[in-house]
Amino acid sequence: MRAQTARFDEHSVLHELKHYLPAQAPLKDFIHHNTLHAFQSQQFDDGLRSASEIFGYKVSLSLAEFRGLYTAGRISAPVLERIITTQKGAKNQLAWRNKVVFEQYDTSNTPRIGTLRSHWKTQYKIDLDSLVHPILFRILCSYLDQGISIWRFPVGKTGFLAAIKEMESHSFVSYFRTKRAKNLLLNTDCNLTDLLELLVGDAALFEHYLFDQQFAHQGWSGMVSAIEDQPQTLLDRREVTLRDLIAFELLLEIDALDYQFDQNWLALSNVVKIPPAPLFADVPATELHQVMAIWQQAFEWSYYDQVLAGIQQETNFPARAAGKPSFQAMFCIDDRECSLRRYLEKNDVHCETFGTAGFFGVEFFYQPEGGKFYTKVCPAPVTPKFLIKESDGSNKDKLKKDLYFNKNAHSFYGGWLIAQTLGFWAAFRLFLNIFRPSMSPATASSFKHMDKFSKLTIENHNHEHENELQVGFQVEEMANRVEGLLKSIGLVSDFAPIVYVIGHGASSVNNPHYAAYDCGACSGRAGSVNSRVISYMANHPKVRQILVERGIVIPFETQFVGGLHDTTRDEVAFYDESALWPQNQQRHQANHLVFDKALDLNAKERSRRFESIDTSLSAAQIHEKVRVRSVSLFEPRPELNHATNALCIVGRRGLSKGVFLDRRSFLNSYNYQIDLDGKYLLNILKAVAPVCGGINLEYFFSRVDNQKLGAGTKLPHNVMGLFGVANGIDGDLRPGLPSQMVEVHDPVRLLVIVEHFDDVVLTTIQKSPETYEWFINEWVRLVAVHPQTKALSVFENGHFVAYTPTPQHLNTIKDIEPLLTSTQENFPVYLLS
Amino acid sequence: MTTMLHFLVLMPILGFLLSLLLPDKKETLISWTAFLSVGVHLLAFLAFVVYWLWHGHLAINLKDIVLFEANDYSFFIDFYFDGITAVYLFVGALLTFLVTVYSRYYLHREPGYKRFFNTILLFYVGYNITIMSGNLETLFVGWEILGISSFLLIAFYRDRYLPVKNAVKVFSIYRIGDIGLILAMWMSHHLFHENITFAKLTNYELVHEHLQNHSAIGIFISLMILLAASAKSAQLPFSSWLPRAMEGPTPSSAIFYGSLSVHVGVFILLRTRPFWEQQTSVRILIGTLGLVTAIITTGIARVQSSVKSQIAYASIAQIGLIFMEVAAGWEKLALFHFAGNAFLRTYQLLVSPSVVSYLIREQFYNFAPKVQSIEVHFSKKIGYTLYMLSIKEWNLDAAMYQFLWNPVKRLARLLDFMTIQKLSLFFVMIYLLGVYALYNEEQIPAAVHAYLPVAFAFIGLLMVLKSFTERKSVSMSWLLVILNHLWIALAISFNEHFKNDQTILYLSGIGVAGVLGFAMLQRLKNLEGTLDLDRFHGHSFEHPKIALLFLLACLGLSGFPITPTFIGEDLIFSHIHENQFVLAFFVSLSLILDGLAIMRIYARVFLGPHVKTYHETAYRSS
Repeated sequence: MRAQTARFDEHSVLHELKHYLPAQAPLKDFIHHNTLHAFQSQQFDDGLRSASEIFGYKVSLSLAEFRGLYTAGRISAPVLERIITTQKGAKNQLAWRNKVVFEQYDTSNTPRIGTLRSHWKTQYKIDLDSLVHPILFRILCSYLDQGISIWRFPVGKTGFLAAIKEMESHSFVSYFRTKRAKNLLLNTDCNLTDLLELLVGDAALFEHYLFDQQFAHQGWSGMVSAIEDQPQTLLDRREVTLRDLIAFELLLEIDALDYQFDQNWLALSNVVKIPPAPLFADVPATELHQVMAIWQQAFEWSYYDQVLAGIQQETNFPARAAGKPSFQAMFCIDDRECSLRRYLEKNDVHCETFGTAGFFGVEFFYQPEGGKFYTKVCPAPVTPKFLIKESDGSNKDKLKKDLYFNKNAHSFYGGWLIAQTLGFWAAFRLFLNIFRPSMSPATASSFKHMDKFSKLTIENHNHEHENELQVGFQVEEMANRVEGLLKSIGLVSDFAPIVYVIGHGASSVNNPHYAAYDCGACSGRAGSVNSRVISYMANHPKVRQILVERGIVIPFETQFVGGLHDTTRDEVAFYDESALWPQNQQRHQANHLVFDKALDLNAKERSRRFESIDTSLSAAQIHEKVRVRSVSLFEPRPELNHATNALCIVGRRGLSKGVFLDRRSFLNSYNYQIDLDGKYLLNILKAVAPVCGGINLEYFFSRVDNQKLGAGTKLPHNVMGLFGVANGIDGDLRPGLPSQMVEVHDPVRLLVIVEHFDDVVLTTIQKSPETYEWFINEWVRLVAVHPQTKALSVFENGHFVAYTPTPQHLNTIKDIEPLLTSTQENFPVYLLS
Repeated sequence: MTTMLHFLVLMPILGFLLSLLLPDKKETLISWTAFLSVGVHLLAFLAFVVYWLWHGHLAINLKDIVLFEANDYSFFIDFYFDGITAVYLFVGALLTFLVTVYSRYYLHREPGYKRFFNTILLFYVGYNITIMSGNLETLFVGWEILGISSFLLIAFYRDRYLPVKNAVKVFSIYRIGDIGLILAMWMSHHLFHENITFAKLTNYELVHEHLQNHSAIGIFISLMILLAASAKSAQLPFSSWLPRAMEGPTPSSAIFYGSLSVHVGVFILLRTRPFWEQQTSVRILIGTLGLVTAIITTGIARVQSSVKSQIAYASIAQIGLIFMEVAAGWEKLALFHFAGNAFLRTYQLLVSPSVVSYLIREQFYNFAPKVQSIEVHFSKKIGYTLYMLSIKEWNLDAAMYQFLWNPVKRLARLLDFMTIQKLSLFFVMIYLLGVYALYNEEQIPAAVHAYLPVAFAFIGLLMVLKSFTERKSVSMSWLLVILNHLWIALAISFNEHFKNDQTILYLSGIGVAGVLGFAMLQRLKNLEGTLDLDRFHGHSFEHPKIALLFLLACLGLSGFPITPTFIGEDLIFSHIHENQFVLAFFVSLSLILDGLAIMRIYARVFLGPHVKTYHETAYRSS
């Protein structure tokens, strides 16, 4: 055995491990984030290279795919040429072009992770994983289970390892097969260092060993780590730590070895002749790495250039007619609202639409009527101090039961009865659902988030508090939020009689990832409560009074109306319609028709990507099919969610109104004129970078390595403990997005386009180090558009550099509708006339 | 009526063959073919059944083609239709029809779309042959098709580790069921001196007369049938395969393992009931097995924290109850129960992904911090013990290794000295000597001659044992399987005198499949360099065509009903006398291990995570 020179620092190794493990929370709190967040402190290219060589992830499309896109013209030759010239110099252009386009490379990947622990297999001929994993996953899953099992884990609340210890010490049987491991559990404190000494020997190898071990089932380890950090994410709380998991796994490994070799085995370091390369040593950039980086950028800029050229060339689109808008509608920044807004504006040229983060600046916990818990409905990093409660609603829909989820079916006589009665009904139900799908209690519907006719406690009275949360907001607090919202989107004058505030949510059935389809800015919930709350605030006379003092005069006749857009079904529900004055009531009815028509058309535009729907049908017919699709058990793609997202435009609507962006852009309204110093811009970018950047990168990585960074195909998924999915019954948890969500996605980084002077943008992003990291390390790209000249400058290496896109010819179209049936792929950027 | 019955058997076969010819990418064409074959079949059945019911619903027996005849032996295909068939056909056709429609959209864009429907249709062929079979031989044809289609569907995601591992695992349990069926066939042949039809089994006097003098044989046959039934229906001690089979796309898990496949064990019990009904001890055994299974798997189901394994164990428990009903003679109740359970589990599995949103919502509104189940009434120690046992599935999965496969491997390790050279030198010499002796049999002393069949069968068994555990050379492993068949042929030739054409019949399929397999392995070696059996290679990723041809070779070599070897195997057994248990044991064990060794080769070479990593590869733990 080698001398134990290195010291093993348990605390720091655990910390490191947690940093690199997947950070996805349980399914109900699915929130998009950068899958490779651990590498975000490095430059994008460097981070990807490291992630790929250390953990074996595939981090971009394959070389063959890139070359295929190049041949197909989707990667533009001039752009590729320009990127090679910029990076490698004009004189190397030809040589590098040859490498990029023609050279053969060995693209196979042998990661560093796993190299140490693999010695068990090569030297001892023992497959520890298959001996340890099944029982480990099973016990862990049962411990964390939120409600699948009928007979719950008998010991709880004491911590994972303690619970097992308790069971082991009062049982006739054991989880272990041999004595030693059991004794270690019962009679020692299971210190990791001691266990590792026994198993691995040399302390210098401990860290590597633990990484190998935990990354052999990163899904489970990541889940444990996430629950350890935010125990409130499980409604039925469980105390669990990564340390406990590791200790138990080490014990099971010792047990497996003892079982196989009867204690006649030596610690691993005795058989490791050549110590493996340090896990986190620098990863030098090979020629292949450089080639891949060039392709990635060429792919991105081929698209970016079209968009930027479109923004510069857009001139002929008719601006909204002067005068008072017919109505105004605020939507979430979400890329899925992009096309709906376009259709609204087209169907009613006098209306005006806005985009902003879908919690509409009001952060709070929400407690639906009858709910036993609070739900956070604002961006994940925010911890609100307010509580909004629902009352006087009907809970009929929320609480509908479905006997097929009844656990009696799994019992002895209950099962006997149910099989012979409900069993036959099941055949009928299945028949119906296949031939006439309809809404059922099993459906996750955005409209169940809040009852349409319920009351909300929005205003705080008598300083009422509940569990340290203030119930409702006070007038001043309301005014601050309304002011912040209106100023950040640039809506401070010319108010229409009705201002709609439309949140969004989604409906689906048979979809464990349902939370990922809802509003990310509302922590994976529907935005209905938020839209109602902000509308209430903006309608509040006292709030309006304060707003006047702050320079925002909302006419008396103007009313705010909350609403919810279901992005799967393309339906909109409006709230508190009865509070509208009679005149506004009439206007609302007219607007309603505009919405309905726009929703039909939106459904039609979406349908072009759906194989099962004939896009040449009429919009109304298609819309009906889209609704049916959302409740069909057999439909793994109720909607395509954020797939194909690539852009985030922060600026006035006029900047991009004349450009057809094919639902690929997040749109955040912003008017530089009322924010010359970038105060509101900072707030916008603080949300845009992690929320839109997180969504974009999660799609990016789930797309390029759907097996290791995504969840694989969802068809064989099995729900584990209500918090995760796995393949089969004893597989690892699969964090990330299933292939059905990302297959049409083009993995390009988010391009944030800000309409402001570049020096203001620069000083703005520098104010917040977390936000700045996204841009300086290029995990999202940033371009500033000069608000007056439309001159572009791109953010590179800490500076804005003037930029001219490669010359583009963009086709001008009047209407996208005739083109919808032409392709299922992404459309190029068109100019709208 | 008979034409109609033919139609019901042939229609799925036609659909399956047609589906093989379709191009990969044409989803609509593929799904419509499946949809129409099953849909038309369902309608034809419904029409037929109305007619049949109207005309007095008498059982129909249809003796079909005689495939081989020699002396008192006759291998013929026979079909049978009665109430049991009608119920099984109704449930099977309806569920398969619904699931093909379901999968049509569900599998959209999935790589392997065509393969999925091919396999579903192949399964449907096997299911129909099984439930319409009129004798054990015909049933065995369907049974084998069910086994292989199950293997292919579990390993549908063939480039991941766990599906392939579990597919092999399930296949190995199925092989144990096969052993039961083969031996039951062997012994019933000796009991009745013919390939008895199920129709004849209903003749109480006939069965009674035969059983009266041979009650031990009767019990043996019943036990073998029970072995086959409990392996297929996941009763104890085989239960742990069912949840592990849930690796394919959810709809395939739903009809295969939720409903149809898993109830085939019940079917074979119902079908042979007239035979074992007269043996009270067997009935008690079936009932007890069902009861114990129901109790234990209910406990296991209660602790499952994954939705599919919970449904699987709950279903096994219900099948345990069905076994009891069958044993008690309540046939109608059992059939009713089967249908209800099949529908229920299919539906539960299909909606299983919804469980998250549904139960989370329920938890959100109805949460009670401490939900207590009836188990609180146990004392602490008993409670913990039962819980832990249930979590560990009563060690059922581990026991399969401990008591079955590990001893086999240990035995085979004794043969580690064997290399290709030694093998060719040593055993080929002995074999030639054996063949020489066969032609000069009269010179062998009787005392020696009596032991020769067993000795040769044992050498054959060693061959396949070695093949099953070989880690390095793929060709060697393949060769050993072929040699095994040669040894068996030799052994049986010493056992009884029969015409050479029977041996040729037996070995013909082996020869063709063996050569094809060799050619494919050689081709792969030329393309890829080295091959071994120490791990999965996943070569189907780059060489799907070679993989398919090799699979055909595997099927041929393992006596799958596509070559005459299938009949040959049955024939071989007819030459083993009813008192030669050791010989029968060696030969049947050989055939079982053959199948395993062959599927192992196929899996290790062509399935599992691809050895090349230039593309996305899944984690081993997924």
